[in-house]
Amino acid sequence: MSPSPARVGLFVTCLVDLMRPAVGFAAVKLLEDAGCAVSVPLAQTCCGQPAFNSGDNADAAALARQVIDAFVDYDYVVAPSGSCCGTIKVHYPELFADDPEMLERARDMAARTYELTTFLNDIIKAAPVEGRFERVATYHDSCSGLRELGIKTQPRALLAGIAGLEIREMHTAETCCGFGGLFCVKYPGISEKMVDVKADDIIATGAEVLLGGDMGCLMNMAGRLQRRGVAIEVRHVAEVLAGTTDTAASIGEAQK
Amino acid sequence: MDSTAHAFKNNVRTALDDGKLQTALKLFPEGFPVKRRLAMDRLPEFDALRDAARDIKNHTLAHLDHYLERFESKVIDSGGQVHWCPDAESARQTVLAICRDAGAKTVTKGKSMIGEEIAINESLEKAGLRPVETDLGEYIIQLRHEPPSHIIAPAIHLSKDQVAEAFRKQHTHLPADRPLEEPAVLLDEARAVLRREFLAADVGITGANMLVAETGSMVLVTNEGNGDLTQTLPRVQIVIASIEKVVPTLEDATTILRVLARSATGQEMSVYTTFTTGPKRPEDLDGPEAYHVVLLDNGRTKMLGSEFQDMLRCIRCGACINHCPVYGAIGGHAYGWVYSGPMGAVLIPNLIGVEATADLPNASTLCGRCEDVCPMRIPLPRMLRQLRAHQFSRNIGPSSQRYGLRAWAFLARRPALYRLAMRLGVGTLGAWGRRRGRFRSLPLAGGWTRSRDLAAPAGQTFQQQWSARGGARS
Ligand code: SF4
Repeated sequence: MSPSPARVGLFVTCLVDLMRPAVGFAAVKLLEDAGCAVSVPLAQTCCGQPAFNSGDNADAAALARQVIDAFVDYDYVVAPSGSCCGTIKVHYPELFADDPEMLERARDMAARTYELTTFLNDIIKAAPVEGRFERVATYHDSCSGLRELGIKTQPRALLAGIAGLEIREMHTAETCCGFGGLFCVKYPGISEKMVDVKADDIIATGAEVLLGGDMGCLMNMAGRLQRRGVAIEVRHVAEVLAGTTDTAASIGEAQK
Repeated sequence: MDSTAHAFKNNVRTALDDGKLQTALKLFPEGFPVKRRLAMDRLPEFDALRDAARDIKNHTLAHLDHYLERFESKVIDSGGQVHWCPDAESARQTVLAICRDAGAKTVTKGKSMIGEEIAINESLEKAGLRPVETDLGEYIIQLRHEPPSHIIAPAIHLSKDQVAEAFRKQHTHLPADRPLEEPAVLLDEARAVLRREFLAADVGITGANMLVAETGSMVLVTNEGNGDLTQTLPRVQIVIASIEKVVPTLEDATTILRVLARSATGQEMSVYTTFTTGPKRPEDLDGPEAYHVVLLDNGRTKMLGSEFQDMLRCIRCGACINHCPVYGAIGGHAYGWVYSGPMGAVLIPNLIGVEATADLPNASTLCGRCEDVCPMRIPLPRMLRQLRAHQFSRNIGPSSQRYGLRAWAFLARRPALYRLAMRLGVGTLGAWGRRRGRFRSLPLAGGWTRSRDLAAPAGQTFQQQWSARGGARS
């Protein structure tokens, strides 16, 4: 480690901020354990993906500008979501294609931004994460992270350091779960069909726990499994890596 | 073909409630995608070939006028004719005039998406001609009077029982109680029926997978050989093709052939790959006396030079459809027009307008698998987003969603106000949902809770808790 720790701005993501703060704290713990100085800029709300994916480019660009301003001072920007990072790394530069000054800043931000497991595994490369979680789990690769950022091996490599944890892969780990942001409420019938295919496959692995790196997908799958009366615990990978699974109930379960 | 894309949501409901369709779709991911994967694994240079194929098409599209004119002059040199048709109606009239001049009664047809696009069968029937589809899948759906549900496997939505039912109903010259359980028996019956038609046809119409500017040839790829009988047996041959099918050279055509079948069905090559140039020459043993190419624009030149030009690279392999989880849930008919899946969701609005097709670009999670498998590296998700941006700027689509989005964006652009609003919302929801941890239903959240429980928020936002723990340190 260099004497002055890496300054990391945590992009909490709107879903973690609102729905699951435990994931944010798990991310802070992992980053601090890796020797980073973590800050959480107040002026962050959402990366703008809902606007961008709805074709509302003006609002998307305004939000992008806000995020770029908020995170200008950090060596790295880290978010517990492949989807938000995909927006920042891949789509912010697209949004400012016609604005040379902002394009420059968007590219600079994109180059400093990493999804949490990628940052821990590929960039900061601190000591391996250690812990214990004696369960059988399966891992869902969320689409944006997988296809826009190539996140596949990183979470699995980190999870390998967790004693007692067995990962059983599903056939459709790389198939979309049917969340798709606003898609799941605009086209609920199609979304239900998609998440059912996924749920069947999750159940078929015999896993007790479903892990993933994106809150939207996890809430979607958790919600469907629970509606079908299936008792599979759903968690963000950061919680298992940080060893904080005892402090927060899994997604959609009542606090003990 | 008339579009029902404006009724997409209804079409989806019908598709989701159709038990037979859903059974057929369940088998879908085990078929083509698995075969494609195996074909990729056997060809390490596949990605390099994709780049080469993309570059060939990009070059061609940049000089499309040149290559089309070159193609035309080569067709004329070989004794054929080229008809330039700006739209579906002119293509239909051209085909009808050729048939009339030939005194035709029966027309055999190879599978052609352009044929579907211009609804050629209906207009032939109206003019008193008898069009007979000769591709097995197309033949089946012609008997059932329905459009194809997939660009390379038109009858993929049907079970063999449904095929047997159609045969029993239409082949009335055969004993009604004949056994039709085995696929091979169905195939033999279709073959016997079609054989007579091949021999009786006056005009043969096929599509083209590619047109070669260098030689004036057309390239046709099939697995059943029906396309070749359709081309060579009748007196008159008509090729109907859209303008973006042209490639500069034979060499280019073979490069694209190397990615086409592999992406489509996982075959190294299709069973039949035929290059045809002009009508029968004196020394030829067989072939048509007259050779016509009907070149269709139908909206494509408008895409040239636009942000949708990349879509014109499409070689109709169907890989994006085969890997699309939305298509896997609803099948092809729900899209409401000739094309389907991701390529359809981009192409249909471009060809028939964005107003009556507003759902198509939205009904996607943008999961990106289509772009991943597209041999021509077409950025399908990017174009779906661009179509959404067009809709947004032109106020197309439900206004409630737009207002909701604008309201949310208004808040999200004001972090202090946003934090306050979220604190209040999350506090209330968190208090309501504390006991069970989730909601089975919630006002305004019906789209979500119809089929899923909704996890309750923890009661305090991360930002709130973080500030309480020692203040934001930014
Ligand atoms: S868009 Fe690509 S994958 Fe889809 S049919 Fe066209 S070439 Fe094939």
